[in-house]
Amino acid sequence: MSDIAERVKKIVVEHLGVEAAQVKEEAKFIDDLGADSLDTVELVMAFEEEFGIEIPDDAAEKIQTVGDAIGFIKGNAKS
Amino acid sequence: MFDLTGKAALVTGASGGIGGAIARALHKQGATVTLSGTRAEALEQLKASLGDRAHVVAARMDDPADIDRLAKEAEAAMGGKLDILVNNAGITRDNISMRMKDEEWEKVLQVNLTGTFRLTRAAMRGMMKRRFGRVINITSIVGVTGNPGQANYAAAKAGLIGMSKSLAQELASRGITVNCLAPGFIATPMTDVLTDDQKKAILGRVPADRLGTPDEIAAGVVYLASDEAAYVTGQTLHINGGMAMI
Repeated sequence: MSDIAERVKKIVVEHLGVEAAQVKEEAKFIDDLGADSLDTVELVMAFEEEFGIEIPDDAAEKIQTVGDAIGFIKGNAKS
Repeated sequence: MFDLTGKAALVTGASGGIGGAIARALHKQGATVTLSGTRAEALEQLKASLGDRAHVVAARMDDPADIDRLAKEAEAAMGGKLDILVNNAGITRDNISMRMKDEEWEKVLQVNLTGTFRLTRAAMRGMMKRRFGRVINITSIVGVTGNPGQANYAAAKAGLIGMSKSLAQELASRGITVNCLAPGFIATPMTDVLTDDQKKAILGRVPADRLGTPDEIAAGVVYLASDEAAYVTGQTLHINGGMAMI
């Protein structure tokens, strides 16, 4: 399952152009990693594609940190 | 210039005079087009006259489920992408305001404004991923000047302008432009029914002293859809023979 965390972090690094060391589980996308609201939508889209899942809007709104994303995907991913 | 080879375009209201001309012009520039509207037979005829690179997906703009289906089926028909969205579908339910019924007001807002928002929202996702998109909303001169008997239509068309400016700001950083095109009086089946006196009264307000043609509207759409117009967003292009200079 740690594989999921690594894949999530890789997507965040690629999308936001941040250093891997900054992408800690408690890091907030907007406050800590410099994402804007459109970036967060794109991250959710990238997670959906990578893990073959659907993240509904109300769940997406609650994903504010890297850890939130990992947690949601662990609970819902098929692969 | 204005080469659209390889681009995938969806035109709503393509069975109408202006919509048909827009679809033909985009197709002529090399785009693959999906024709939408409510009159399937007219759409099929237009498709047949275009030949290759043309698809039909009939849909109702007052039905949210149908709009989502339209976006999906159009993308699927065109190889999984949608680059250019021309929101041209529109209806009128003219009446002076004192006699305008709630349903006349609501229907026009629902199709012309809400339907356009829904379809644009559905198309945005793919455009964001591909970092390219052209949304062109066909508004109207009356959305800026107003017109007696068309409070509902003018409100919807003015709404499109405000909506487009907002979307343009949200999406500009992703290579997506959102613009409006506002036709004046154009020669279509809708204006053919006017009497000579009515036409004379209209032309009295048009410095060019003639009605515009659907092809003159389509040419503006081709420009806004092109790579060359990448730096144009949130704008309204008025094509009206000088009837209003804004």
